[in-house]
Formats: sequence, structure tokens, C-alpha cells
Amino acid sequence: MSETAAPPSAAPIPSHADLFLAFFRITLSGFGGTLPWTRRMFVERKRWMTADEFNEAYAFCQFLPGPNIVNLAAVFGSRMRGPTGALAAWLGFLLLPFFIMVVAAIFYQQYGEVEAVRRILAGIVPAAAGLLIATVGKMAAPMFTRFGPAPFVLLAVAIAIGVMRWPLLWVLVVLAPLSVALACWRRG
Amino acid sequence: MKADGDILVLLAVQFAIMSLLALGGANAVVPEMHRQAVELRGWMDERQFADMFAISQVAPGPNVMIVTLIGYQVAGFSGALVATLAMCGPTAVLAHFLGRTWDRFKDTKWRIAVQQGLVPISVGLVGASAIVLTRAADHSLVAGVITAATAATAYWTRWNPLWLIAMAALVGLAGLV
Repeated sequence: MSETAAPPSAAPIPSHADLFLAFFRITLSGFGGTLPWTRRMFVERKRWMTADEFNEAYAFCQFLPGPNIVNLAAVFGSRMRGPTGALAAWLGFLLLPFFIMVVAAIFYQQYGEVEAVRRILAGIVPAAAGLLIATVGKMAAPMFTRFGPAPFVLLAVAIAIGVMRWPLLWVLVVLAPLSVALACWRRG
Repeated sequence: MKADGDILVLLAVQFAIMSLLALGGANAVVPEMHRQAVELRGWMDERQFADMFAISQVAPGPNVMIVTLIGYQVAGFSGALVATLAMCGPTAVLAHFLGRTWDRFKDTKWRIAVQQGLVPISVGLVGASAIVLTRAADHSLVAGVITAATAATAYWTRWNPLWLIAMAALVGLAGLV
């Protein structure tokens, strides 16, 4: 808990069932990305975390590899109730999406070649690619506003993986330490 | 559905490794999933992969659930389960253990440098995903226009992305793509 002037989280520590159900409900409403819903649930509705605590936990999860928001569930559950709390939150977060996806996969195998489904997918697929381009644009924009190694690293990674199709592991083994070293050197 | 054990082990190992390399979240490893599933192993073709990515973005839940679709395609229900656990399990365990010690390093110099160095890497990885998916998606002029229009609208407005997806679905249903 931080010692700043921010008011402490007002709510009592959630139980395992609270954790499971909170994340379960987030996934129910989580069309088009779960992050805003997670924040609303934690900070605004349940007051389990202050806005600052939430930002810090999220920054940590972006730093970790793997699916960020799934990790956030685990980190939060773990802070509240230890390993079993992490498990409860993690399960709550994945259970429903997993079964939805299994159903989607069954439908896709059955009806993926039906004309109407093909047409809808033909429209949605390029739109999904467009949304991803916009996300990249928003993430990349701040890096192009000042001179530094970041834009070059970004482009090198995007070309090595996206155009050259080199294996991820080798690209990261070379470029990740290089990028961290450049960041160190810039800071002096 | 039955699946032979070898393929489940392969799925588990591949997705576990991928999850540990996913700096910047699930969308960062889409090109690697594509490389493995389409190019190396031939589990599906280009179009099916693009379909699965789109479905995973449209469906409720985190984007990482594309691995469930891939797993199901490869080995049925058990494949879906193994792929999901392998992709979402290991880093959650890591998150649990590191989450406790993290605050101690919050202001140390090396941590800030590592974080700064990794940000352009993760944005570059998601950029690579955008390249791979755009190539897989845009085989016609109309598809290219949908991609460009969606990207521009999502970048410059605060519209809910679901509306853009819904409009694109209608354009597709009308047989224009």
C-alpha cells in the first residue's frame, strides 16, 4: 500500500469467490477488450485498488511476457489471497472465454464454408487488421516525437518478424539486449 | 475428439515458449503463431488463420484466446485446452512470484532501463503482427479499403471498435468484398 495522500482502498479484502466472480463478470462484458472493464470493476465499482495502484499493477503486467490482462488477474488475485487467490482470479477470467471459443471453433468447423459466413468473415478480417494497425499507431506515436533509438528498434523488430519472417526467439535474443543497452547508454 | 499425445505435447511446448516470448501481450506473438501454424506445420491455411484472428478479436474475452481456436483446429477439445493452458499458465505463475518482489525494484536504475528498452521491442512486435495480418487479409481492393478506413477511424476517433467491425461485417454480407 502506498504512503501517498491518495485514500487507501476502501473495500474489505475480497474472498476467493469474490475474485472468481469479479473476473467472470468482466469477461461477460468484455467485448472489444477487457482492460477498461477491469479498471471500472476494480477502481470504480469495488474500490479494491486506487487508480495509482491499478496503473502500477498494469505497468508491471505489460513488462511481463504473456497475455497482459490474464497476468493482471493473477497478480491481483495473488496480492489479495496468495496463490489460491491468483488461481481463483485466473480461472474466473479464462473459464467463460475458453468455452465461448470452443463453441466458436465448433461453429467455424461446421459453418466456416457457408456462403453467408464466408462473406461476413471476408468483411471482418480486414477490419480486424485495421484495428491492430490503429493500436500500433497509437503505441508508436509517442516514440517518434523525439530523437532516440526507440523508433529504429521498433522498425527493426517489425521488419525482422513481419517482413523477413525470422523466428521470434532469435530476433529477441539479439534485439532485446541491444535495445536495453541503448536505453542504458542514453540515460548515462 | 481424440488426439494423439505427440501433437498435444508439441502444442504445449510451443505455446508455453511463445507465452514467455510474448513481450507486449498476446498480439506480439501472432506472427510466430502464423509461422508455426501456417508455414512450418501446415495446420491451417492463410485464410483460416486470418479468420481465427478476427474471431478472437470480435468475441468477448482477452485476445489471447486465438490460441484456443488454433488448438481446437489442431487437436479438437483437448488441443484447445492444452493450447490455452500453455499460453496462459506459465506467465501467470511468473506474475504471482514476481508480483511480490516487484515493488522493491520500482525505482532502481536497471529496472527503468529494462522497461524503456523493452517498450519499442513490444510495439515493434505488434507492428509485425499488423503486417502479417494485413497481408493475410487484404486480397482485394475493397478489403484494403476496409483495413485503411478502420485503421484511420480507430486512430483518429474514439468510436467503439465494435461498430467498425459491425459495419465491415455488413459490407461483407452484402457481397462487396
